[in-house]
Amino acid sequence: MTFSGPAVCIGVDIDTDQVIAGRYLRTKDTSVWAEHVFEDLDPTLAPRLNGAVLVAGNNMGCGSSREQAPVAIREAGAVAVVAPSFARIFFRNAINVGLPVIECEGLTCHEGSTVTISLEEGWVEADGVRHPVRPLSGRMQEILAAGGLVPYWRNK
Amino acid sequence: MSTLSERILGGPAGTYVDHEVDRAFAHDGTGVLAMEAFRKMGVAKPARPETVSIIYDHISPANTSHTATLQKELREFSAAAGFALTDVGGGICHQLMSEGRVLPGEVVVGADSHSCTTGAFGAFSTGVGATDMAAIWAEGSTWFRVPETINIELTGRLPECCEAKDIVLTVTGNIGMDGGTYRALEYTGDGAAALTIAGRLTLCNMAVECGAKTGLFYADKTTQDYLARYGHQVERQEPEDATYCRELSVDLSNMEPVLSVPHRVDTVAPVADYAGTPLDQVFVGTCTNGRYEDLERFAQIVRGKEVTCRTIVVPASRAIMQKAAESGVLAAIIAAGCMVGPPGCGPCLGMHMGVLGEGETALSTANRNFKNRMGVGAEYYLGSVATAAASALKGEITSPEGIL
Ligand code: SF4
Repeated sequence: MTFSGPAVCIGVDIDTDQVIAGRYLRTKDTSVWAEHVFEDLDPTLAPRLNGAVLVAGNNMGCGSSREQAPVAIREAGAVAVVAPSFARIFFRNAINVGLPVIECEGLTCHEGSTVTISLEEGWVEADGVRHPVRPLSGRMQEILAAGGLVPYWRNK
Repeated sequence: MSTLSERILGGPAGTYVDHEVDRAFAHDGTGVLAMEAFRKMGVAKPARPETVSIIYDHISPANTSHTATLQKELREFSAAAGFALTDVGGGICHQLMSEGRVLPGEVVVGADSHSCTTGAFGAFSTGVGATDMAAIWAEGSTWFRVPETINIELTGRLPECCEAKDIVLTVTGNIGMDGGTYRALEYTGDGAAALTIAGRLTLCNMAVECGAKTGLFYADKTTQDYLARYGHQVERQEPEDATYCRELSVDLSNMEPVLSVPHRVDTVAPVADYAGTPLDQVFVGTCTNGRYEDLERFAQIVRGKEVTCRTIVVPASRAIMQKAAESGVLAAIIAAGCMVGPPGCGPCLGMHMGVLGEGETALSTANRNFKNRMGVGAEYYLGSVATAAASALKGEITSPEGIL
């Protein structure tokens, strides 16, 4: 799988309350989460996520186990999230809901510049420079390819 | 030689293992999403329903008819699936799991990030999201990456004005919010052995605040005595000469009351540095500090006095509330002018019953102070029960030094 899109940059230690605030969790309607994603961090962010690669700092998605966080990012149209490290529950959740998450060190984020990711070959390219990524396990790649854990299960 | 996590999961750090889940649980929030995912997976029946608990704590009792309808749906689903449901008023999922439902050596998975709490019993307990939980219901097992372990050796005796909460805030400040990512924390040493189960639960509860997968204590005499009260006879666990990825030593006798300052859990400072900060609300409760020992300590400080700011106290479970009612602890808290809420998460996650207003400042005994979590535009500090009690009496941040 190869993904590409303009970079949207966010900082380090972005917790899931900042991804989607608790006050929007009282629903099953995913469009509500897409609309309010990152609202408390930067209210202008949500519309820019469509087709974008979200590039975060260390410890992306720390905090609560809410799966609505990666769902909100996916529903807002982001094609992938790249960060040097992720909080582990967020990481598992993202794979399970079919949002590609890529651990990659040393990437400097420039807002709007094109970021390309190859999962099979294991690299992220930005501003003409290729960075290696930490490979996903075979099972994680299969879950992502199926579009998440639910379709993966249904196909089983 | 293995760490406790390696022993329980049955593989060396860094490897992936598939493991049966001995206990699985979800709450009213994540349970609804897991139910949705489970239905969409098209699985007819859960693999081992007798291992699954559903506990209503997050919005408990329901705040709107919408929430109530979701809870009704989950209640019906849970009954049909054969899960054990604890309805509103029973208490916080992590507290209920620690009231005799988790044993040493077990693999425990909860659909909540603080599921690491019951590592205090020498179990491998960790949190997952809702879809993972649905897959666990379907299969009875899941995959884990066996974590590397940070050993935290606690030595010496904790001063009277300090609590387990001060230890864990100090450790979190030291390790940082991502210092434990993908790792487990093991607490060892004479200082760890001296801690009560309540204190151990507080320490393990906050393991996730530095990104850790879980926090663990080796089961010892204290664990055996505690679990015997629930009718369980369990074996002790002895630490081996294991390989740790990092070792930390914390001298408890040097500890002082500390706060986690808004809006990062790892910004930790002595309470004294913030003394005099006016408070609009004090909240005592949560899966970190809503246990009987906490209420008793709070009552010890406020008994016969009166709080001077809005103070909300929420016991972590019905059993705790009942014990506090019988012992007079609750009466002392009520007489001091506090509001007592029903067992559950209360205002912890900013959903209802004590949400903060814009520009308000609070002190809470909870585990996270993320921006806007307890109310949009509010600030809140995290501290110990004694710090909360001393501060509630004065209506401003106050160190408990000298009042105990
Ligand atoms: S008390 Fe707070 S931290 Fe604990 S489970 Fe409830 S909402 Fe989460």
